[in-house]
Amino acid sequence: MTGRGAADSLLPAPSFAPSVIQWRSKMAAERDTPPLGSAAAGLADFREPEDGEDLFVSTASTLESSPSSPEPASLQVEDVSANSNGPKTAEILIDDDQDDLFAEATEEVSLDSPEREPILSDGPSPAITPVTPTALISNRIEPKVIGVPSMFERSLDEVEEEAGGDLFDINISVSDPEKVGDGMNAYMAYKVTTKTSLTIFNQSEFSVKRRFSDFLGLHSKLASKYMHIGYIVPPAPEKSIVGMTKVKVGKEDLSSTEFVEKRRSALERYLMRTVKHPTLIQDPDVIQFLESSELPRAVSTQALSGAGILRMVNKAADAVNKMTIKMNESDAWFEEKQQQFENLDQQLRKLHASVEALVCHRKELSVNTASFARSAAMLGNSEDHTALSRALSQLAEVEEKIDQLHQEQAYADFYLFSELLGDYVRLITAVKGVFDQRMKTWSKWQDAQVMLQKKREAEAKLHLANKPDKLQQAKDEIKEWEGKVQQGERDFEQISKTIRKEVGRFEKERVKDFKVVIIKYLESLVHTQQQLIKYWEAFLPEAKAIA
Amino acid sequence: MLRYQQFIVTKHSSHPVILNKESRKTPRAVNVDLQSDATLQVDISDALSERDKVKFTVHTKSTLSNFKQNEFSVVRQHEEFIWLHDSFVENEEYAGYIIPPAPPRPDFDASREKLQKLGEGEGSMTKEEFTKMKQELEAEYLAIFKKTVAMHEVFLCRVAAHPVLRKDLNFHVFLEYNQDLSVRGKNKKEKLEDFFKNVVKSADGVLVAGVKDVDDFFEHEKTFLLEYHNRVKDASAKSDRMIRSHKSIADDVNRIASTLYTLGTQDSTDVCKFFLKVSELFEKTRKIEARVAADEDLKLADLLKYYLRESQAAKDLLYRRGRALVDYENANKALDKARAKNKDVLQAETSQQVCCQKFEKISESAKQELIDFKTRRVAAFRKNLVELAELELKHAKGHLQLLQSCLGVLKGDT
Repeated sequence: MTGRGAADSLLPAPSFAPSVIQWRSKMAAERDTPPLGSAAAGLADFREPEDGEDLFVSTASTLESSPSSPEPASLQVEDVSANSNGPKTAEILIDDDQDDLFAEATEEVSLDSPEREPILSDGPSPAITPVTPTALISNRIEPKVIGVPSMFERSLDEVEEEAGGDLFDINISVSDPEKVGDGMNAYMAYKVTTKTSLTIFNQSEFSVKRRFSDFLGLHSKLASKYMHIGYIVPPAPEKSIVGMTKVKVGKEDLSSTEFVEKRRSALERYLMRTVKHPTLIQDPDVIQFLESSELPRAVSTQALSGAGILRMVNKAADAVNKMTIKMNESDAWFEEKQQQFENLDQQLRKLHASVEALVCHRKELSVNTASFARSAAMLGNSEDHTALSRALSQLAEVEEKIDQLHQEQAYADFYLFSELLGDYVRLITAVKGVFDQRMKTWSKWQDAQVMLQKKREAEAKLHLANKPDKLQQAKDEIKEWEGKVQQGERDFEQISKTIRKEVGRFEKERVKDFKVVIIKYLESLVHTQQQLIKYWEAFLPEAKAIA
Repeated sequence: MLRYQQFIVTKHSSHPVILNKESRKTPRAVNVDLQSDATLQVDISDALSERDKVKFTVHTKSTLSNFKQNEFSVVRQHEEFIWLHDSFVENEEYAGYIIPPAPPRPDFDASREKLQKLGEGEGSMTKEEFTKMKQELEAEYLAIFKKTVAMHEVFLCRVAAHPVLRKDLNFHVFLEYNQDLSVRGKNKKEKLEDFFKNVVKSADGVLVAGVKDVDDFFEHEKTFLLEYHNRVKDASAKSDRMIRSHKSIADDVNRIASTLYTLGTQDSTDVCKFFLKVSELFEKTRKIEARVAADEDLKLADLLKYYLRESQAAKDLLYRRGRALVDYENANKALDKARAKNKDVLQAETSQQVCCQKFEKISESAKQELIDFKTRRVAAFRKNLVELAELELKHAKGHLQLLQSCLGVLKGDT
């Protein structure tokens, strides 16, 4: 298995009085950069290494000392990249298996060879080649039993059941966009209200203020924690420099209002999708996002920050890697599914483009109808036959009402149909990403096998050359790589398993979403036609009355 | 074989007359009111669209003795219609009448361009898509074709219904002479001449219009027509834009229906049924949307366009009268001068008399013409607005019914 249990091993000793959340927040407050993806159970916090700082100096005692200690607790962070600015996180998972959360904690704590891939705050594993830090080892704590904050004392099953079944009762609304600040530093603050009966939350109804970068930060964290192990993390709404600049500059026109509304709606859908995921909703970052009144600013989501640039570099590197990895697919299911998603992607994009065109033309129709209405009214005014004049004015009124109708329909076209399609196009990208992760995992496993082979050959050579001292090292290395190969296989199996489950869930959600939205959309069309009938029925006698 | 329906209003009836045209093979259903035009009935019974021209078959039924037969047909082209119209305009005798506006030139350019583009893009789309688009373009082409036939027919019918114009010799030649009239379209030089003539005319028109008319009726008409003409122009343009948007929407829905169909066939989950059902629905509703656009075009846009041209013709009449009035007043002044100098008095007197007669003749008929214009206008608007409302209702109800039945099925499935 992926050894999330090892992560758990870094839980602070129960002597830690302050609640996990508070501790984390406090830690976070110390730094500019966001806390790294935190362990599910508020496990050892760690932060990105400042440049040049030696990551692994701290001892176990650090955990017990004051939380304000700047030194990171010993970590499972694997990749030490001297020039990396990106936050590194340890991989912490809540195992989806219906086992007790920490049942497997005992398994994994082989501190000798932590097999986790560090994840940058968003996106798949970095292009940087993993280097096993050997210096890392000694400072690990290795408790077998972890003291969990009370919220996680229940077994994972119960939470999952609650999350997945009919008792899944959580509703999030994003509202009240408010402009905060002035000029280019201004931003929109949104009120995020949660109503729920789930016990993982402290209250049943609460709200917080969040800004757009907070949402991006949340997604960033979730993606870095979950995507590489096969979870489909819902993508956050897209940034828009043009749109935001207009708002900042204070343009109070229709387009900026529309932009804010579009964003608000997108943020709401994003959160709802995220919390509907039985695993994600339990993530402390999610809970913190929804509950905690103060959230550290997610600076690394800015496009031009150091983290942002690193992201872009990694994305490019990934694309290259993807092309070079040729996987032997032994499982037909995956091949089939990938093809299906590819097709779905294509068609959804096409459909989305058509619906966007529809929205555009419908808006145009509304504008043109209004324009015609005015023109008809003018014509009615200049018409000197009284009855005809009146009828033309009536026509103008009808057309005016109809233009309103078209506008409403355009909104429905957009918010119901178009946005759903847009969301799913982005979601499918996330799905495809997850399949790619599996490929990477497989590749890593294969690489480990290759390496093992090499080590074995080297050992054999040494054997012949009869160099006893080096032989021992060689034997050690073989052992190490054997472990890695095993881990690689386990990772691969785990991610495959997770993906199957996730895809199943995704498909179910997709079916539900589309059915609901299609029906709502058709109902909007029904309403429009009913109104049209009303208006023309009112007009007909007026036209007939022309004498 | 073409079927088309249109409206004309005769001079004498207060109710619009609808003429249903069917192909020659089936009997013509004519719904005439009161005064039957049995003495002279004209229609376009057939039309052929060739590469860059349209050939209209003008069919005449007449009891008048001027014609050799009671029923006959000739083939005419657009230029010949224009020739006929221009001959009316240039005829001094008809100065006092509203000359029925010339039909616009058949314009298939846009449609042809689209057809060509479709042909070029044939490789990039599936066979079904191609056939579908081809059908649509053909339907559009047919619609434009029908419209141009209707407009040419209206022109002829107006002439035939006018008590004076129907007797015009050129008109009879037009109807009967079964050889080519050898009327060619204007060449560049002539078009340039026309252009200058128009410039002079509009300048003169402004001058003439500035002269205050003694007669209240005409003064009122002048003001009214000027404003009305401009507003109809605006309304016509705006209605065109509105209808174009409608057409775009129908096209979009068409594309959406196709993609939904593909999605439905590809999808392995429950939702495929939804996609297929909605695709089917949209196929039908887009046809309705296209019909709505077409009907609005016919009943609203065409109406406005026609009255744009007619109001221009009425303005032209007023201009001619105004011109005659100015001439008459000038002639009066000249006569006074001549009498004062006692030179060329007879000449001046004759000139003055001619102008007077001309003016009075025009005034007399102009008044009646303008009154009739109003009657026709009111009747045509009434008819078209009623029909527009009825068609909109019909389509909306059909559309609603389709939506509701689909919703019923879908909701039942979930």
